[in-house]
Amino acid sequence: MAKKIRVLLAKPGLDGHDRGIKVVAAAFRDAGMEVIYTGLRQTPPMIVEAAIQEDVDAIGISILSGAHMTLFPAILEEMKKRGAGDILLFGGGIIPEDDKIALEKMGVARIFTPGAPTEEAIDFLQKAVARKSSDEKIM
Amino acid sequence: MFEKSFLEKLRNKLSEWNKAAEQFRSQKSLPRFFTISGEEIDELYTPDKVKDADREEYYWDHIGLPGEYPYTRGVHHTMYRTRLWTMRQFAGMGTPRQTNERFKYIIKEGGTGLSTAFDLPTLMGYDSDHPRSLGEVGKCGVAVDTLADMEIIFDGIDLAKVSTSMTINSPASVLMAMYLGVAEKQGVPFDKLRGTLQNDILKEYIAQKEFIYPPRPSVRLITDMMAYCTKHVPQWNTISISGYHIREAGATAVQELAFTLADGFEYIEAAIAGGQDVDEFAPRLSFFFNAHSDFFEEIAKYRAARRIYAKRMKNKYKAKDPRSWMLRFHTQTAGCSLTAQQPENNIVRVTSQALAAVLGGTQSLHTNSMDETLALPSEKAVRIALRTQQIIAYETGVANTVDPLAGSYFIEAMTDKMEVEAEKYFTEIERRGGVINCIEEGFFQRELAKSAYRFQQEIEKEERVIVGVNKYVMEDEKLEIPVLKIDQRVEKEQYAFVKKIRQERDNKAVHENLEKLRAVARSKENTFEVILDCVRVYATLGEICDVLREEWGEHVESASAMQVS
Amino acid sequence: MTVLDRFYEGDIRALSKVISYVENQQDRYRELLGRLFRQGGHSLRVGLTGPPGAGKSTLVNCLARAFLKQNKKVGVIAVDPTSPFTGGALLGDRVRMNDFPSDGRFYFRSMATRGALGGLAATTDNITVVYDSFGFDVTLIETVGVGQIELDIINTCDVVVVILVPESGDSVQTMKAGLMEIADIFCVNKADREGSDRLIMELRQTLDTRKKIENAWRVPVISTVGIQNKNIDRLIMKLEEFVAFQKESGKFEKHRKTQLKKKIENILQEKISGIILDKMKEFADFDKIITDMYEGKTDPYTLAGELFDRVSR
Repeated sequence: MAKKIRVLLAKPGLDGHDRGIKVVAAAFRDAGMEVIYTGLRQTPPMIVEAAIQEDVDAIGISILSGAHMTLFPAILEEMKKRGAGDILLFGGGIIPEDDKIALEKMGVARIFTPGAPTEEAIDFLQKAVARKSSDEKIM
Repeated sequence: MFEKSFLEKLRNKLSEWNKAAEQFRSQKSLPRFFTISGEEIDELYTPDKVKDADREEYYWDHIGLPGEYPYTRGVHHTMYRTRLWTMRQFAGMGTPRQTNERFKYIIKEGGTGLSTAFDLPTLMGYDSDHPRSLGEVGKCGVAVDTLADMEIIFDGIDLAKVSTSMTINSPASVLMAMYLGVAEKQGVPFDKLRGTLQNDILKEYIAQKEFIYPPRPSVRLITDMMAYCTKHVPQWNTISISGYHIREAGATAVQELAFTLADGFEYIEAAIAGGQDVDEFAPRLSFFFNAHSDFFEEIAKYRAARRIYAKRMKNKYKAKDPRSWMLRFHTQTAGCSLTAQQPENNIVRVTSQALAAVLGGTQSLHTNSMDETLALPSEKAVRIALRTQQIIAYETGVANTVDPLAGSYFIEAMTDKMEVEAEKYFTEIERRGGVINCIEEGFFQRELAKSAYRFQQEIEKEERVIVGVNKYVMEDEKLEIPVLKIDQRVEKEQYAFVKKIRQERDNKAVHENLEKLRAVARSKENTFEVILDCVRVYATLGEICDVLREEWGEHVESASAMQVS
Repeated sequence: MTVLDRFYEGDIRALSKVISYVENQQDRYRELLGRLFRQGGHSLRVGLTGPPGAGKSTLVNCLARAFLKQNKKVGVIAVDPTSPFTGGALLGDRVRMNDFPSDGRFYFRSMATRGALGGLAATTDNITVVYDSFGFDVTLIETVGVGQIELDIINTCDVVVVILVPESGDSVQTMKAGLMEIADIFCVNKADREGSDRLIMELRQTLDTRKKIENAWRVPVISTVGIQNKNIDRLIMKLEEFVAFQKESGKFEKHRKTQLKKKIENILQEKISGIILDKMKEFADFDKIITDMYEGKTDPYTLAGELFDRVSR
């Protein structure tokens, strides 16, 4: 059976605006992916724990409140701590250009800003997941 | 309105006209002719398109006169000729001290209306030093932890002389209590206080998602406060039933209209069930709608809202006071319509949206700033937004006459259609066991997500043009407007201040009052007075909300609310 | 160290990788399952099914918490439908699963049906083997729940709880016969709503009119309010009673044996049809055969027989 792309989508922080992330979830689903949407107010440990349990290829988060410079690094940190550094982290929201550059330097695979078509995110994810490889032996 | 014989003549004429028009139809300037909500629009509207146009009663039931039932043409007889709409710009940021400075500036410039935005921890009932508040303190508004913060915000401002609007929902009782606490310290009697609370929790479950407790106890908090304020703070508007956020979350115009009114009726029914007299509280209810980009659809929406509301209030809830029949509303232009690309274009969008709100008879208006998709608005952007309203008010001439669009075949047909479609939703909501059941099973949430996704697909398939986004795109666009950033020090200052208050206050009194609140939460007694007692002894917002969290639990959306069909 | 080694050490990441390996039916997945199977057999598998909006996820949450309180390790499998048009899925069942321990005592996995129609994914049953071997005391399995009878769950679970709400009255009417077949326990959730008493009464009446079989389990109808965690202890009690009853009467073992028989049949079917389909590609011009059938020169019934004969030779 062909491997499906599995992606976890979550909203960290206190911001409840979920229109964008639901549109992205639907678009990913319609591009043939399995999307695990874990909803609002997810803390970095909750997000990374869910990503590990669901064995996802990527984590996508959406932040519109301005707390991105706190939350992205916290999630990266948690991923490192839990040995989940191989999972791609990407995100979207109202994120100024300077911050976007800083975050991508920090290890966030990609930041999408308002107006980006969902197709762009789909294309990014398909290519990025295809590049990933694992040499782990199962048994 | 129109004679039967005339309508017959018109129909005959139209079939001829149709033949003549046919030759032009092979060519199309746009791929589809539909509203921003996805409604197909006919090529031409004539009296023939207005149902029941041959009955005189149609005019009196559907249109009528301004200031009179069913208020389709507006809630005042003379509208903007007597008083322009209130130009109310929403603001607030950083620490209480910074907000106080901003308020004093507004008052110095002649402003009398203060509008407060709170930060996310405050909106969610967390103190600034709660772990979940990390990175959010002072970001989207001012941080408030205790009465001490509120005292600073209104320091040197006479509460008897200003009208204050507070955008707060789940913990609205606590913030209202704090405001009353400041009034007590200033020696201002409660019946002199004027202002508005947003206090609309139902739309939080549906759209904005800043909820704490489950729906039922949340609605109780609201009706408790309505009961208290009716008695003690009679000039206060205790609730602003909001469609704005529902629209922002992806709703169509009809969904915004229907879900907002359904929420309103839910509060009204809850208050009546709690023993309140409809004519005592209804005149203080107000609404808050979005002004999106589809010009005529929006105008029809406001007109339909007034008519539906008047009919229900009179016929279903048996309100006798005409003030109970009037739907008064505030409007804000659609934040979701603004683009990050070529942000200056947003000024034009806001202008047309604001014009729709004014032609729809709004009582007050907030115009968005062009840079809101990029960050918090800069001062220049805020000024242009306000100037936009002033230009509409003083230069365009649209305020010269009352409801100038009434009688437009298109507007009236569209208004009627809005009403019919909204009624369909009311029936569906009732079939599903009412608003709260619909929230719990995710009905509204799915409807909104579906509309939002459809809209996005229309853009990506280029059925719908968004200038600067999928057409007339500028390659290598450089941002040319200044972007405001919030100082990270705000968090530390606020953190230290709440710690200091917790040390200095009478902690025994705090504990006793919080336990009193717990007991009341378990009973059926009014919660508001005891919340006021807690606030008076400087219990923090987080402590008060925690007691209620422990007693009532926290709301989590259902799995079926996650689906996008 | 291989993934399996880490799995044996109780590593959650390894568990997740093993599940994906089995779910994707990668090269040696049967061999892997074979090893895991022999170390299992202890986990109780509880199935939860019911129409949309019945509150299945909420009850899974409540049950998981209650079992954790009993110091049991709990694993959850929640199944959501794959879109038949795009092959994608939106899995939203995790949304209520906040504030659970992350020390390995609780594990939650969302699965898409990937084309299966019986309420579970084709590989869900295999995933329960993985859970069992990892040491979960209880495996909770939530079906798709699209408002039709979902029979897969009988073949995968030891006990089936059918969850209904007052609003599902209409669908109960059409589903009644099937629901009665699969339910070991009926749970009327959101019982604080109007109409729940009527639904409970109707269910009890229908259960009463069924033919009485001696020494049979009497299917109980209990009411819960999942969102307020109300009456969950009673649901747990009935679950325990049912399991005790099954074990005492020897039905527990019998049911599991039936499941195993079904399982081996499924594996064989899968294998055999796999072999035949592979072989078929080797010696037949498939397009031509189809055209012949379309033109009436041959028929699928004869042809399948011929193909099978040629392969088995």
